[in-house]
Amino acid sequence: MDKFEPKIITFACNWCTSAGADLAGTSRMEYLPNSINIRVMCSSRVDPQHILWAFRKGADGVFLGGCHPGDCHYIDGNYKTLRRIKMLQKLIQDFGIEPDRLRLEWVSAAEGKKFVEVINEFTEHVRKLGPLNIPADLSSHEAS
Amino acid sequence: MNMKRTGVFVCHCGINIAGTVDVKKVAAEAAAQDSVAVAEDYIYMCSDPGQKKIQEAIREHNLESVVVACCSPTLHETTFRNACKAAGINPFQCEIANIREQCSWVHKDKAEATKKAIKITKSIVEKAKRNESLVPLSVPVTKKALVIGGGIAGIQAALDIANGGHPVILVEKNPSIGGHMIQLSETYPTLDCSQCIMTPKMVEVSKHPNIRLMTYSEVKEISGYVGNFKVKILKKPTYVDPGVCTLCDDCTDICPVVVENDFDLGLTGRKAIYIPFPQAIPATYTLDDVNCPGLLPIACGKCADVCKPGAINYDMKPEIVEEEIGAVIVATGYDLYDMYNMAEYGFGKIPDVVNGLQFERLLSASGPTMGEVLRPSDHKVPKEIVFIQCSGSRDPELHNAYCSKICCMYTAKHAMLYKHKVHDGQPYIFYIDIRSGGKNYEEFVQRATEEDDVIYLRGKVSRVFQDNGVIKVWGVDTLTGKNIEIDADMVVLAMAMRPAVGVQDVLKILKIATDKDGFLAEAHPKLRPLESVTAGMYLAGASQAPKDIPEAVAQASGAASKVLALFSADELMHEPIVATVDEDVCSACKLCIPLCPYNARIYDVEKDIVIVNEILCEGCGSCVAACPSSASQQRNFTDDQIFAMVDTILEGE
Repeated sequence: MDKFEPKIITFACNWCTSAGADLAGTSRMEYLPNSINIRVMCSSRVDPQHILWAFRKGADGVFLGGCHPGDCHYIDGNYKTLRRIKMLQKLIQDFGIEPDRLRLEWVSAAEGKKFVEVINEFTEHVRKLGPLNIPADLSSHEAS
Repeated sequence: MNMKRTGVFVCHCGINIAGTVDVKKVAAEAAAQDSVAVAEDYIYMCSDPGQKKIQEAIREHNLESVVVACCSPTLHETTFRNACKAAGINPFQCEIANIREQCSWVHKDKAEATKKAIKITKSIVEKAKRNESLVPLSVPVTKKALVIGGGIAGIQAALDIANGGHPVILVEKNPSIGGHMIQLSETYPTLDCSQCIMTPKMVEVSKHPNIRLMTYSEVKEISGYVGNFKVKILKKPTYVDPGVCTLCDDCTDICPVVVENDFDLGLTGRKAIYIPFPQAIPATYTLDDVNCPGLLPIACGKCADVCKPGAINYDMKPEIVEEEIGAVIVATGYDLYDMYNMAEYGFGKIPDVVNGLQFERLLSASGPTMGEVLRPSDHKVPKEIVFIQCSGSRDPELHNAYCSKICCMYTAKHAMLYKHKVHDGQPYIFYIDIRSGGKNYEEFVQRATEEDDVIYLRGKVSRVFQDNGVIKVWGVDTLTGKNIEIDADMVVLAMAMRPAVGVQDVLKILKIATDKDGFLAEAHPKLRPLESVTAGMYLAGASQAPKDIPEAVAQASGAASKVLALFSADELMHEPIVATVDEDVCSACKLCIPLCPYNARIYDVEKDIVIVNEILCEGCGSCVAACPSSASQQRNFTDDQIFAMVDTILEGE
């Protein structure tokens, strides 16, 4: 059987993580291709709905990258993200989703190497967890 | 769903993209999307013919939005948005799919990279399909600048802006401006006297009608955004009224308290009421309330008793000054790496081991020895003197990894000046490499060896210790492979520069990021070295990286010209990707109000909803994510757009 290739959505903030991902590219670092970035201005723009939607639509993992504490371009958006993600990690367990399919990391604009490391590590971790099988009654329900 | 007509343009970027991504396939797959009217590929989309291709397609296919699949939006988003604007479509209808930095450059497998590039491009097409046409909001500019730090960089920046016709507030935490440059003796490579070239600039600052000088002051709070900052500055009490003080020095004579003099780096003492140095600006005394036995006249009060004009006022209180400014230049400078970290070189144990700045004071005509080279322990003239370069720098295991850049040059200068004063003395310099890049710098080092008999020893010093009153310096000459032992009378450590002590506090207030060593992070290491990531905040001097005087001055003038360019417009354009509120849906739960870091969320009593002040909104989207009824959206980052992007990325196998 072919190796399971997890699908991962990465929400990357414009100022730190997306710039860090750009730096990984500029530095020609290589990493696993499973994750695709959605650039938002701040990690705090990411609504828990977006994450749940991604899981429902077939993502095996969702990754959020923000600026380091104290470095948020919008002063303290990353703290709001941290609180939301901690709560959501508890909540998704009730839906039968392992909390570690959702990961938040701080990746600065200077941390191309860290972006590569955390994406590779998270991809391998989700690969180990296997495909996400959401109960059919949850995944078939259409959001209004 | 509206069927907006979108054009997709896939760039090869030579082989940067086309080498790992099948660009034709990306264009073909994009063309299959329902809203895509045309999809093309081209070798360099950013080139003039590339941009023309987009503009022709806009006209020919009557496009309403454009997606360019190319490099990072940080590079060419502006290029393509302007091209779209010129061809008649709103620039906010143009989006970039980053398939280079975030795809072709990080993957090697062509099939995988192509698959990913297709998904990235298609997801951006879905976003573009739902973009609104936006018009930047215009905001007024407060044409007044704040310069933090009164060293040479801050002084130069303040003078340039002030000479450009705009008011400047220059804030310095110490009682006088002048920074480290005023402590120096002579400067390389010309050996002109540092104070002689610094004091005219200090005087100019103090007399300039456009400069408000605030010494002994600190920035405590800043809010707002480019062009419209509000700042609170704490003016600490000096307890002396400079308007009344006649500089007679009677207060200093009578003051019973002696503490270490920072200006001479502890080589001398000063009183609790003091003037930092004779040419201090402002020329006035400061009562240091940490060391004064008590501001209550009962405890001492001698200085006020002897002050004939009555300039001393123990009741002076700290004052908060609020100002509105349009731009900030951060020139907080450097301090030397703490020598107590260098136990291997005996600092703190051996009184005749000094650092470079202390040696500057010993060489200086205004210093504690009036320029005579005397060692601190017994005031004898040192006949054998050892200089150790890279003390605390280029040592990733124990100290700092970076090169402190200026130490090779100032050590050559130290050895040379020493030799000019002690003709029969012998200077030795231990070095790893000599880095003398700069105009006339290499010639200067050559002059030290050829004319002033400085002995350069290539190698590191392992240990400095005292033995029967003699300072033993053990090192190695890596060119001959021999161990070296020198009995020295004095040792000077060329300590690494580090960001100024306490600078972290002000950086936290300003929200300016630092690099791994604590130096200020620039917006781009090559192309935007004068700017911080925050719009309207600029960097100057050694706060950004180790720099010598000409470099600090150049950067300060550069930063000042950035500020002048900002002030040349009456209005600034503000990003319109702000939060919106659907008035019919908002239930006025007010969850969004405390989340906004800019106070842009306001409860409208009449409508009973929460509205957004678009000028204050910076567009983070934090409030939008918290809105329980989705009444709030962020322009061009709506929930629908994010859902559609997620769907596109996840569709297929």
